[in-house]
Amino acid sequence: MTRGAGDPIVEVQGLIRTFGDVRALDGVDLVVEPGIVYGLLGPNGAGKTTLIRVLATLLRPDRGSVRVAGVDVVADPNAARARIGLAGQFAAVDAFLTGRENVEMVGRLYGLSAREARRRADDVLDRIGLSHDASRQVGTYSGGMRRRLDLAASLVGRPEVMFLDEPTTGIDPRNRLEVWDLIEDLVAAGTSVLLTTQYLDEADRLAKRIGVIDRGVVVQEGTADELKDAVGGSVLELVVHDEDRVRAMEAIASATGEEVAELGGRRLRVAAREGSGTLLEVVRALDAAGVEADDIGLHRPSLDDVFLAVTGEPAGQDAGVDHEVVDASAAVAGGRDRERRR
Amino acid sequence: MAATIGSNQLPAPDRALRERATFTSTVTDTWVLTRRNLLRNVRLPQVLLFSTVQPIMFLLLFTYVFGGAIGQALPPVAEGEYINWLMPGLLVQISVFGAGQTAIGLTDDLSKGVIDRFRSLPMARSAVLAGRTFADLGRNTAVVTLMLLVGFLIGFRYQTSFLRFVAGVALGLAFAYSLSWVMAVIGLYVKDPEAAQSAVFLPVFPLVFASSVFLPTETMPDWLRVFADHQPITTVTNALRALMLGEGALPDGQVLSTQLLISLGWIVSITLVFSLLAIRAYRRAVD
Repeated sequence: MTRGAGDPIVEVQGLIRTFGDVRALDGVDLVVEPGIVYGLLGPNGAGKTTLIRVLATLLRPDRGSVRVAGVDVVADPNAARARIGLAGQFAAVDAFLTGRENVEMVGRLYGLSAREARRRADDVLDRIGLSHDASRQVGTYSGGMRRRLDLAASLVGRPEVMFLDEPTTGIDPRNRLEVWDLIEDLVAAGTSVLLTTQYLDEADRLAKRIGVIDRGVVVQEGTADELKDAVGGSVLELVVHDEDRVRAMEAIASATGEEVAELGGRRLRVAAREGSGTLLEVVRALDAAGVEADDIGLHRPSLDDVFLAVTGEPAGQDAGVDHEVVDASAAVAGGRDRERRR
Repeated sequence: MAATIGSNQLPAPDRALRERATFTSTVTDTWVLTRRNLLRNVRLPQVLLFSTVQPIMFLLLFTYVFGGAIGQALPPVAEGEYINWLMPGLLVQISVFGAGQTAIGLTDDLSKGVIDRFRSLPMARSAVLAGRTFADLGRNTAVVTLMLLVGFLIGFRYQTSFLRFVAGVALGLAFAYSLSWVMAVIGLYVKDPEAAQSAVFLPVFPLVFASSVFLPTETMPDWLRVFADHQPITTVTNALRALMLGEGALPDGQVLSTQLLISLGWIVSITLVFSLLAIRAYRRAVD
């Protein structure tokens, strides 16, 4: 069961897990190389949390093989637990204990002696910038501090891989940045991280590789760039005067043969299949229609577009992502064949 | 709180020391969780208030509101003092009420994801439930001690020997421990802390009142008396009362040794049956 240096930190094959009639995981295959952040992206109910729970030994798979840090989680769950850390969707720290007591307790439960647990707890608290607050009860902490403490508590066990289920959902932007820094430090220190997220910018910033999961299957996998390339085609965005909007949309639609989406705030968006060729066509068509564009630009598809193309659903509708952008990308991808590897 | 986090400051991963639960590690894990749960009782004001003020309120209200009227009607062993009759009963009553905290504490942990964290750690599985029930036993011991102190202050006197009095207290605590397992099962089925409140206290009230805790059962209507005389709360209360006040406290025809044996039988069988059910419910609740 020893794992070589370059061997995958997570290896999942044909993983199936059902709840009653619902197939939460419907044949997941996943290989994660060590020493990176791997991002699992997917809409609500796609199976992200179920997958994390199986990897963290909280749920037994119905079928399939699951190895974490070289250990079969079904055959030897306790050996797997000694090598992993988990931070779930809610900060599972005790409000009535101090920050230090929380981390120490987790250390003891990892099997450390009281002295070693205390030593490592001080170390961890120092490194996440909570040593000044370590003696206060967690009930007095802010939401972001709790989340950081929750994330750090597992570090006393020095896990080989950390599973983070939506680590920044529901915390404010500044704490979000601090959690991101913490995750990057973890990886720099040699811990592998597998996180789930509904936020595309989070996956884009942190994850070296991304798996898009939908309806219990990993439907697309690769680096952020690879995923964007797979969607293909650039996107053209422009801003016109309000009184010109309808005319502009008609002119662009007839010139490109594509559906034009309104983003609101006078912004329009259209798929640019020919790249700069489309840009020229649009500029000419606008000129002929006597419309002046305030701003016009060609963009690569965002992860939003990837997400939509792969899952057929706009990203993060429940996560407070700007709806206008979501609607627009729906229109952009609307004409495209959605191919699903199923 | 401005955290400046430099790269490479976090310790590199290493293999945690333990992969198998041993007897020693199980004891350690149980102690770690018992301590944690005890701290919850001490540090959360609402829990501390509930476990101390409520029993003392019962003690004072029953003694001073009902005591005068009831005192005359009691068996001679009570020496005309309702407090003497009431105290052994109240010890059983707070044990039953206090056991409810087992359910509430467990549902609290379940709903906050704490149980998930425990289950992802290489610790002994059994420590979660054991640590919970042991902590509740510790809390109950403290509450009983506090109540006895107040009881002594307002006139309670045991009529037998100190040893028998202590045996009575121990019997009450053992009964409370067995009930913790019943409450654990309820908590693990309802899962939600608020639902646990009503799921626990709705059945507890009639059970406590339809017993010999507050009054002898002789004056109850027959149908109720049959139930009251045979349920464990009455059996344990009678045994405890006889230990503290003497055999004269027992209804006609009962002797202490039999009541003690039946009480111990209840305690052992409730603990066995409900700890097995709780382990099953725990597995079900977390999967």
